[in-house]
Amino acid sequence: MIHGEVSEFGIILLFLIGGIFFVAFGLLTARLIRPKRPNIEKLTTYESGEDPLGTAWSQFNTRFYIIALVFILFEVELVFLFPWATVYADQELMELTGGKWGMIALVEMVAFVIILALGLVYLWVKGFLNWERPMPTGKQYYSPIPKIAYSKFIKRRK
Amino acid sequence: MSDMITIAFYLFAGLSIISGIFMIFTKNILYAAFALMFCFLSLAGIYVLLGADFVAITQLLVYVGGVLVLLIFGVMLTVRVEGKSLQTGSHLKWGGALIGILWIGILVQLILQVDWTAVMTDQPIEASVNSIGKLLLSKYVIVFELAGLLLLIGLVGAAYIAGAKIRTK
Amino acid sequence: MTFLFYLPLILVYAVFAIYAERKIAAFIQDRLGPMEVGRYGLLQTVADLLKLLQKEDIIPAAADRFMFRVAPFLIFVSIFVGFSVLPVSASMAGSGASTGLYFLLAFVSLDVLGMLFAGWGSNNKYALYGAMRSVAQIVSYEIPLSLSVLSVIVLSQSLDLQEISFQQSIWSDQKSYLLGISALGEVSSWGGFFTWNIIRLPILVPVFVIYFIASLAESNRAPFDLAEAESELIGGFHTEYSGFRWALIMLAEYGMMLLVSILAAILFLGSWNSPLPNIGTVKLAEWTNGSIGTWTSYAWGSFWLLSKAFLLIFVQMWVRWTYPRLRVDQLMNLCWKYLTPAALLLLLLSAVWVLSWV
Repeated sequence: MIHGEVSEFGIILLFLIGGIFFVAFGLLTARLIRPKRPNIEKLTTYESGEDPLGTAWSQFNTRFYIIALVFILFEVELVFLFPWATVYADQELMELTGGKWGMIALVEMVAFVIILALGLVYLWVKGFLNWERPMPTGKQYYSPIPKIAYSKFIKRRK
Repeated sequence: MSDMITIAFYLFAGLSIISGIFMIFTKNILYAAFALMFCFLSLAGIYVLLGADFVAITQLLVYVGGVLVLLIFGVMLTVRVEGKSLQTGSHLKWGGALIGILWIGILVQLILQVDWTAVMTDQPIEASVNSIGKLLLSKYVIVFELAGLLLLIGLVGAAYIAGAKIRTK
Repeated sequence: MTFLFYLPLILVYAVFAIYAERKIAAFIQDRLGPMEVGRYGLLQTVADLLKLLQKEDIIPAAADRFMFRVAPFLIFVSIFVGFSVLPVSASMAGSGASTGLYFLLAFVSLDVLGMLFAGWGSNNKYALYGAMRSVAQIVSYEIPLSLSVLSVIVLSQSLDLQEISFQQSIWSDQKSYLLGISALGEVSSWGGFFTWNIIRLPILVPVFVIYFIASLAESNRAPFDLAEAESELIGGFHTEYSGFRWALIMLAEYGMMLLVSILAAILFLGSWNSPLPNIGTVKLAEWTNGSIGTWTSYAWGSFWLLSKAFLLIFVQMWVRWTYPRLRVDQLMNLCWKYLTPAALLLLLLSAVWVLSWV
């Protein structure tokens, strides 16, 4: 029934509007009771106490883009998987096909998933999933305390 | 009930049109993305009113949660000028407006000519997820597997193009 | 109906969860935690809340004011709408949309946009880096999360959370087998934990682990909190926020914890059903579930559901104060190279298992 389904979404709409009203109401109350005494120091961008240099709006790493791309393709796969999961072991169809329906649905889906898993394998092998690992750089630190002192200390604590 | 649906429809339709117009005319790309989100959301609302809840949620999942994020990432990737909020100018304003108005004219003309009562049906719409699932696995199974293949090609291609940048670094 | 239940619940819960978080942290680190306000510091969060309401709201001069203001709305509302499809008890369902679970997953992912707008609007380097990181993280972990949810749907054949709850109850007409093996006999009438999804189909145990890890990442909790790593990014995308706007973002984060925990309880741990089984004539399951339509079922249902959720939230906090933060490359590796393939495999395995019953 179309009407029943739509009224169920009405409840969701109620949550949406209710949430917006709650936020607006809260902000309004806060606005009424809070002080407003801005000055230049307060309004500068926070950068751990330094004066900010330039703005934050600058170019970003390509990897973020690739992650979003991979995500969308998997998301589309999920879109197909959801209807599959709801009808996969459907009692009625099972009886109609003499129990073959589940097998067919499974095989079809395995084929679909494997095709997309190939995509993941491709990205993996080509190294798109590797993020740059931070490597220790700079000079090696030489401690004036010999290493043996540490092991002695640890031994003593035990 | 049907009155409420009509009201909701006009609400969503108005919202989608307003946000669409805002999206076109704003100069800040992030504002455009924001307007696009509202446009998608209200379109999803219209889908729900039409009884296509699965399509509506897919719209949310793929377009709002996915494509829009990709878009914003893409925009941030291509910031050329440091330190300026993202701005775009509009080009070919008059040509675009002319084509747009012409197209709306043709559309309105056609809408007025068609006898809509003949096209409309009163068939009940069943729960959409289940029927989509059944059709996907039986009638449209080849299309379905081909869609998987297409997704794979899209993934590989997109990664290849985007990866050219990483490799040269 | 559930609207009137969940909005106050989130507020009250957030107050106590923040207190609990601080006390648990203190306990794990061998400290006392808040002790000053009220007995054992019980009123500390209330005091904090009052302070937050009165705090000056600072919008940095360099920020994009519109984006900065609109982002908390988006973050809070998208999480709050997620609650609309959750049931509370046998007699109190949320929205009965037949695509409820799918809707929840789709709508909650909207808060990603809120974070991006918050980060961008702040025009702060920490905020923008934090936002980019959290978006990349949330978006990535949505895949294993959805795949593990799908493993449950394979069993339940439904996207309606109330129906999934009923399937795990003593009123279910679905057959449940002991430990998911049909040869061991049917346990549908036993109820209790025997009909929980995770026991009905034991392969859901690793699935549940994947779900839990992914849900930690989704709610930006440690060890996946690199987005707001205090020691490197100050506060992540909410660095510039103050006063009530900041409180909203915090509320959304705690709301997300509650949401994923309730969802986990519904999907895996028997929803609003009592864990006690019927043993012969001792009908523990029937006594501790109440009868549908009366106040007993409201009370028992919400009690069981919330206690399961709170237990999971406790584990989330425990994990937070036990494990160190992951690095970005470890985070992405874990998601794409371990969780996603594992979740795919488990999905297929649980499909085969369900098929073996028929």
